[in-house]
Amino acid sequence: MSDTIENLTEASFDEAIKNDLPVLVDFWAEWCGPCRAVAPILEEIANEHGDKVVIAKVNVDENPALSVRFSVRSIPTMLLFKSGEEAKRIVGAKNKAGLLKELEI
Amino acid sequence: MPALHNLIIIGSGPAGLTAAIYSARAALEPLVLAGEPSSTGDQPGGQLMLTTDVENFPGFPKGIMGPELMANFRSQAERFGAKFETTKVTSVDLSQRPFKIWTDRPHDGEADYEAKSIIVSTGAKSVMLGLDNETELIGRGVSTCATCDGFFFKDQEIAVIGGGDSAIEEATFLTKFASKVTIIHRRDELRASKIMQERAFANDKIEFLWDSEVHAINGTEQLESIDVVNNKTQEKSTLAVTGLFIAIGHRPNTDLFKGQLDTNDKGYLLTNSPATSTNVAGVFACGDVQDETYRQAITAAGSGCSAAIDAERWLEDQHDA
Repeated sequence: MSDTIENLTEASFDEAIKNDLPVLVDFWAEWCGPCRAVAPILEEIANEHGDKVVIAKVNVDENPALSVRFSVRSIPTMLLFKSGEEAKRIVGAKNKAGLLKELEI
Repeated sequence: MPALHNLIIIGSGPAGLTAAIYSARAALEPLVLAGEPSSTGDQPGGQLMLTTDVENFPGFPKGIMGPELMANFRSQAERFGAKFETTKVTSVDLSQRPFKIWTDRPHDGEADYEAKSIIVSTGAKSVMLGLDNETELIGRGVSTCATCDGFFFKDQEIAVIGGGDSAIEEATFLTKFASKVTIIHRRDELRASKIMQERAFANDKIEFLWDSEVHAINGTEQLESIDVVNNKTQEKSTLAVTGLFIAIGHRPNTDLFKGQLDTNDKGYLLTNSPATSTNVAGVFACGDVQDETYRQAITAAGSGCSAAIDAERWLEDQHDA
């Protein structure tokens, strides 16, 4: 996994979404096929557009309270935070062009 | 000019990847246009990407995870030189040779790919109910992927719609999490295989609502309940559920070929069975996209093998002519 993608926990989450850049948080799990398809795309976006968006991940198995807090009932779900507030919710796997469009990059 | 390929395989489930293994071993250097990520069965690897244990694929006596099986298929094809692009075909022109293929954009300008022959293995995808609210509540209680989403319904009451193998398999899987799973089926008996039925009947977390159809999905931010009507008595009821899993059947992914390849009235491609050729010479079809009857991973793989052999022979004949 790319060094630029941080794995968030219940402890580190709130601090991490407070960022001047938008933060895209990918809720995922090992057992989710579509999540695996999205992972390399997110790595590419992190590497190519690290100046415009921060990519982070939440493993739902390890952090159940975060799924409950944000009403995540399907993965992959990607939440885009701007100034610490949820600004957009992307449900389901998408291709790179689709994700960049959602991120307005 | 786009590069000219001997063989382009559209789709990368068991049928397309088996065709890739065989045609790569026959030195045809196939290119697989694998599809793009999604949370439906219409994605690279196909419908098995949404399953957990595959128990009936020969050669795996202890079963194998669906995504792992598809990763194995793919690396086996790559070993013999098959190439892959993670892209979705948006348009084809089969009226002239070489055939033309466009991806990720409408049919205009120069094609992205050209091929002497094509194997169509685009599979099938789940049918939705078509009710108001259904799409809005995907990811908020409505799901098309039990393996992705079951985890979020721990100790909750949920419903599965359908009576075939996939509905019963999903319902059984979901009892690992949910406190109660109601299977809603429009008939009074299941279409699922005997072994799946017996498992479901023996599971005390599963209840059945027979002769019943869902006619409304209620909830704003999250799914709250569904309205069900009994199609014999017309009796209406509301079922409070936080999760709704839809498994009412599949539709072949053939919109792309409308007007170019012959289909039956349900949209399945017609082939000159037992051969895999279609009404366009040089275009072959395999897997669920042309199989209304069996729709199994192993039958898809078998027909993918046939398609590769048919394509190889057809290309040879062109060369000789």
